[in-house]
Amino acid sequence: MVLEFKDLYVSVEGNRILKGINLKIMSGETHAIMGPNGTGKSTLAQVCMGHPKYKVESGDILLDGESIIDLSVDERSRRGIFLGMQNPIEVPGVTNFDFIKSAIQKRMRKDEHLRIGKFILKYESASQDLDMGKGLAHRYLNQGFSGGEKKRNEILQMKMLNPKFAFLDEIDSGLDVDALKLVGEHVTKQKSADLGLILITHYQRLLDYIEPDFVHIMINGQIVKTGNTELITKIDREGYDWVKTELGIDDEDDKPYSLGNCPTKSLV
Amino acid sequence: MSEKKDFDFKKDYKYGFKTKTKSIRETKRGLSESVVREISMIKEEPKWMLEVRLDALKTFYEMENPGWGPDLTSIDFNDIIYYIKPSNKVEKDWKDVPEEIKDTFNKLGIPEAEQKYLSGVTTQFESEAVYHSTIKELNDLGVIFLDTDSALKEYPELFKEYFTKAVPYNDNKYAALNTAVWSGGSFIYVPKGVEIKKPLQSYFRINSERMGQFERTMIIVEDNSTLNYVEGCTAPIYSNSSLHAAVVEIYVKSNAKCRYSTVQNWSTNINNLVTKRSIVEDYGHMEWIDGNIGSGINMKYPSCILKGDYSKGTTITIAFAGKNQYQDTGAKMIHIGKNTTSKIVSKSIATKGGKVNYRGLVSQEGSAENAKSTIECDTILVDRDSTSDTIPTNIVKNFKGQIEHEATVSKVSDEELFYLMSRGLTEDEAKEMIVMGFIEPFARELPMEYAVELNQLIKLEMTDSIG
Repeated sequence: MVLEFKDLYVSVEGNRILKGINLKIMSGETHAIMGPNGTGKSTLAQVCMGHPKYKVESGDILLDGESIIDLSVDERSRRGIFLGMQNPIEVPGVTNFDFIKSAIQKRMRKDEHLRIGKFILKYESASQDLDMGKGLAHRYLNQGFSGGEKKRNEILQMKMLNPKFAFLDEIDSGLDVDALKLVGEHVTKQKSADLGLILITHYQRLLDYIEPDFVHIMINGQIVKTGNTELITKIDREGYDWVKTELGIDDEDDKPYSLGNCPTKSLV
Repeated sequence: MSEKKDFDFKKDYKYGFKTKTKSIRETKRGLSESVVREISMIKEEPKWMLEVRLDALKTFYEMENPGWGPDLTSIDFNDIIYYIKPSNKVEKDWKDVPEEIKDTFNKLGIPEAEQKYLSGVTTQFESEAVYHSTIKELNDLGVIFLDTDSALKEYPELFKEYFTKAVPYNDNKYAALNTAVWSGGSFIYVPKGVEIKKPLQSYFRINSERMGQFERTMIIVEDNSTLNYVEGCTAPIYSNSSLHAAVVEIYVKSNAKCRYSTVQNWSTNINNLVTKRSIVEDYGHMEWIDGNIGSGINMKYPSCILKGDYSKGTTITIAFAGKNQYQDTGAKMIHIGKNTTSKIVSKSIATKGGKVNYRGLVSQEGSAENAKSTIECDTILVDRDSTSDTIPTNIVKNFKGQIEHEATVSKVSDEELFYLMSRGLTEDEAKEMIVMGFIEPFARELPMEYAVELNQLIKLEMTDSIG
């Protein structure tokens, strides 16, 4: 399968965030999208999932050649798009188990029945792999979860739902080194010829565990550079300014008006 | 979505059926002294009961509607039939119940439920109980579980001792009306030192157009005894206005425990105006588990009068207001004894332009030293058209009392919906899941089959086709 962004312009409350995104992801590929804060990386994932806040001004998102931008969020999910979120929502009163079970049942054909025993085994083994602890199934969805548990719960859902294209939005934030390793290894284990993975991250450290095939740098709502893992090393060492200089990007327009400079900042 | 549009509420809604029944006897439409006399006569009541009924009727005429909450002026008391008797005797055996009536019960699933959970069933069809079974277990324990009319006949002294003692007929206009025209309901007496382990259940149902239902329930739990009573009602759909004005009186004696659970689901043309009150003695514990899904206007505030020292009151309540619904519900806790404690947990949901209010009273009287109360009111608004008010009254009349009050109002946010929908749930399913999660603290207090039923009712109410 192929997921394709075509000359995509997206705005939020009148502010244009994405300014002409062109990106093609094939099943089996892993893409990393990197870039400074506030450049539209998360927007790309959210708009692909169909968040109502984001408005597609022009361009298209195609899943196997078919536009998905008019589809509802749940329809996109059922077609195989997945978004592991930066800030998973807490839903009191709904157990983690029931939630995932409902989500899976929604994916089944009318004549299919969920085989509950098989489902429980899969759930238990997935939560064990992710070191989620035994009580997880009966805890309320994300409620009282630590930052790391929330992220692992996103990966658990990804594993259970078997998506075709999965965005993982800053799945590394809030994880300590051990949890990061665990999550990274687990995502890597899920890599397959049927899954297209899109990792959104600031830092190299996640990519130590999940090796991407392509690395894209996003600045000011555009993908300005695409390369391989060497790009990551360079960013980690030198930041993003060299990219801006190299490509002659001037983002002065977007900077706030400021009266004078902070002296310590100039010293550093 | 197309599935839901095809849903025919009247045809498909599980409880939306009527059975044609020939009533053997009914009173004329409207309210008058002669109607009250006729009811008492048909029932062959003792004279004192007729006198109480007539006094109550006089009080009803004298009293005004409540000066707060929903507007009740549209109720036409002369357009209601106050008494219908479906058959002449109270049935003891399921096989003696008339076929027509059985058919209705079958649709409600009562026989199956009976097998699984019930220790005894009083099923009220129209105004009077027609089916009554008390299993041997209960009889052996000395427990009395009867429809209220039979209890008056069989245990007149016990009946008189408690009738109108928790809810005097001059308490409010609708308590007066109920006292004047009451018919049916459940009567439960648990003697000293008896712990009934299984819940007792009873189903109520209106099945005649423009017919009011005025059942009277009395429960007495003696010292050191335990009762868990579950009352259920579902109503068919009607086009004309109707009234349900019940009274429930509960007496919890020393060190006794009583739990009264109900999920009312009257159709939205019914005004549900119910007075529920308990008097709790030393170390007693009263729990109201009170669900309000149906009815157009609903006013209900289960109360505990914590008379005894160390007595305890708990009310866990939900109110669900959908289209054309106005739920004005809450709880009352009156602390009189020393070291009394009370807890109110209220969950309110409003959707599709519904209005839901929490109205509560917690009063710690001068004598209630060291009383402690906690109140938790949470409201969730599913859309922008729906509204809610929280109207608590908290009074402490001594220097050693303590009241904690917490209230939250939240809206179902775009972010919540997005998260759930991103896993494949539709918008309606996502809303439903959030609401179900919200009422979970209530649902978990219900017996299994009731929780399942509640779940189904909320699902029906949350879909677009209803209303």
